[in-house]
Amino acid sequence: MERVNIAGGEHPTASAGMTPTRRRFLVGASVVAGMVALPGLSWAQDKPRQGGKLRYGMNDGSQQDTLDPASWATVMTGFAFNGSLCNNLVELLPDGSLAGDLAESWAGEEGATRWTFILRKGVKFHDGRPLTPEDVRQSLLHHMGEGSTSGALAIVKQIKQIDKQGDEKVIFTLAEGNADFPSLMSDYHLSIFPAKEGGGIDWQSGIGTGAFKLESFEPGIAVRLKRNPDYHKPGLPHFDEVEVVNISDATARLNALMTGEVDVIEDLDIRNVALVERNPRLKIVRTPSLRHLTFDMNCSVAPYDNPAVRKALKLAIDRDDIIAKVFLGEAKKGNDNPAASIMPFYAETPPQHAYDPDAAKAILKEAGLDGVTVDLSVAETAFPGAVDAAVLFKEHAAKAGITVNIVQEADDGYWDNVWLKKPFNASDWYGRVTLDWLLATSYTSDAPWNNTGFKKPGFDALVKSARAEMDQAKRAKTYAEAQQMLHDEGGVITVAFVSWRLAMTTDIGHAALGGILPADNHRGAERWWRTDA
Amino acid sequence: MTTKSHPILSMAASRIGLGLLSLVIVSLIIFSAVSFLPGSYASAILGQNATQAAISAMEIKLGLNRPWFVRYLAWLGAAATGDMGLSFSGRPVMALIGPRLKNTLVLASITAAIAVPLSITLGIVCARYRGRFIDKFLSTSTLASISIPEFFVAYVVMMVLAVKLQLFPSMAGIRNGMGLGEQLYRMVLPILTLLLVILAHMVRNTRAAILSVMASPYVEMARLKGEPEKRVVIRQALPNAIGPIASVVALNLAYLISGVVVIEVVFVYPGVGQAMIDAVRNRDVPVIQACALIFAAAYIGFNLIADIISIVSNPRLLHPR
Repeated sequence: MERVNIAGGEHPTASAGMTPTRRRFLVGASVVAGMVALPGLSWAQDKPRQGGKLRYGMNDGSQQDTLDPASWATVMTGFAFNGSLCNNLVELLPDGSLAGDLAESWAGEEGATRWTFILRKGVKFHDGRPLTPEDVRQSLLHHMGEGSTSGALAIVKQIKQIDKQGDEKVIFTLAEGNADFPSLMSDYHLSIFPAKEGGGIDWQSGIGTGAFKLESFEPGIAVRLKRNPDYHKPGLPHFDEVEVVNISDATARLNALMTGEVDVIEDLDIRNVALVERNPRLKIVRTPSLRHLTFDMNCSVAPYDNPAVRKALKLAIDRDDIIAKVFLGEAKKGNDNPAASIMPFYAETPPQHAYDPDAAKAILKEAGLDGVTVDLSVAETAFPGAVDAAVLFKEHAAKAGITVNIVQEADDGYWDNVWLKKPFNASDWYGRVTLDWLLATSYTSDAPWNNTGFKKPGFDALVKSARAEMDQAKRAKTYAEAQQMLHDEGGVITVAFVSWRLAMTTDIGHAALGGILPADNHRGAERWWRTDA
Repeated sequence: MTTKSHPILSMAASRIGLGLLSLVIVSLIIFSAVSFLPGSYASAILGQNATQAAISAMEIKLGLNRPWFVRYLAWLGAAATGDMGLSFSGRPVMALIGPRLKNTLVLASITAAIAVPLSITLGIVCARYRGRFIDKFLSTSTLASISIPEFFVAYVVMMVLAVKLQLFPSMAGIRNGMGLGEQLYRMVLPILTLLLVILAHMVRNTRAAILSVMASPYVEMARLKGEPEKRVVIRQALPNAIGPIASVVALNLAYLISGVVVIEVVFVYPGVGQAMIDAVRNRDVPVIQACALIFAAAYIGFNLIADIISIVSNPRLLHPR
């Protein structure tokens, strides 16, 4: 029996901020964020304090939001419900690694088709009921079955069977091996709720195992939470109360922060960065994310079916120029690999594609082409700044003898009528927790969102063989090969990776934030604290 | 001589009948328009998890696989019995809109209670002192405030009173369990903004209505008989100007209910306008329909009341020959 990835012992986040390594990291992070402690003011972030209230201004709450985990789609539900009311079997730590949460440890066997999770002892739901394997089983079954509309359907579809053993073991049997299965259990839909008599889960009452209990929930308006004194992570949470308010307008959100109505706001507009940086009471926290903005070429449609055209277009775009002018420096250059550097198994894909109109021209000439004309479909909704980026791209490409016609598409319906349909379009990708999930949903031949029409049996085989591979080194090698293939031959022009950009008062203390999910992997409410409490 | 039915009752009856017909037409137009929009609730909600299989599963669950007119007839049948149905998120539409509608009505009533008497008074003052400084000042400033987009007024008000002077909170978000005093305090800025937006329209129309009556011969006659100008304006001209004034007030009151979504967004006020925008974005048809009906009913209702006021204030209409 092969066993991998056994997490256990003391919960790692409970000591966040105490270990020397993390403190060192913190200092680095605060300098990056442009925050220098004022002399005489000890900006003590290292020692969390108890008490106080966190007020968080969100941008995407919707009146369609419900407590049903299968329906969660907004950051507001992810942060308030998944990250505060509930826990998953596992937790994504700020550094992107995986730790046990409701599960104390896990092990995979039989070619990663059978996964046994051992539940943490003494975990209680908010109403005092102890956590049992049945709760876990029903919470997963909630997303499965005929006619499921859950956002986690793609994950749970691979589960063939869920068994309980005793009062602490849950055993998942998968249809085919997947070494990433424990990571996938961190998906925010897969929050654990109490099972009901006779099957199903009770999500309606908002009772979970999380750091906070539900006080009130007004869909699309606000969620109010109170500290759970019996939380299973020692010393957490720090806040007594949390209030998550929906403020959809960017200016109103900034004003709410400036006037002290809220402590943290989501998604600070890049045009307001300087304004916030000038204010000594406020700070900006940038966290590298999985989110990337791309121009996608369909590799099975002319002229993009010609590898030379794809290569030339990748060299005919000046990413630095776009990042400086459109994103005002608030983005990281992409290198035609959709994997983010914070993901496990991310690999560098040399060389960094740089703007080289002469080389692009030469490549086209070698392929017997004297210039090429392409239609690029964009809309502001494709990604923020997509139209401006396309206009710059047009100028850059002209120098390489490539004519880029910008087709301005309607914002409304872009994802239904343009994305996946037009052969060269702009796209905004929120990324996936694991490389396998990213590649299998968007880049393999049968991927449902194969926007680049990339169909290469060799690539598919690499992704498939890596999926069930339990040897980490072998897996890393296979994934590196797959990423290099996308970089060299794929249809994706990764323009930039963007960071989560939070603005907050200096009264909120925190360690380094996780960036795989927004708001410190949704768990900011239990990880942060007030420095003035 | 046959007994004629009362003119107000018969007018009200026919207007209510026509109003109901308008509501049905409005609901039909909106329902079909939303159905022709690209995208669906399923793709909006599933976002980056929207595989074809997930979309069709959700559409079957919500009955969206039926043709739109079949869904419309089903909706109409339920709505006729007062059942607004369930939002696609599974909550009853009325439970979803109810609290927001209450907030909208509170904001609208307070604003109206201040705006209507104030604007009519200012309109009378302008008419009375026509061409004098006060008239020119009010005419110019109202013209300016009517010309500036409402969101700009809102941001200026917010910048000055909330961000710079810090007199009032920038967020008007009222919530359950908040005292009446604090609720009102939080609503000051949106009310002020709305006042600036709607006052202008009403002041200018009141002034114009009175001045047009002032040009009639009977006003000249009253003056010749030596009536003081103030009395001429209030006793002779105003009663005959009530009809047009009532119409413009009705339009502005309906606007307060249906058109303040920008103000709601800027001040984070949880009203029904935001509910509709949210619903349109997600193609949540039952909620869109309910909001549209509320807005249409507000216009029809206020206009009906304005017409009744015109008739009551005008003996010629009250006793038609």
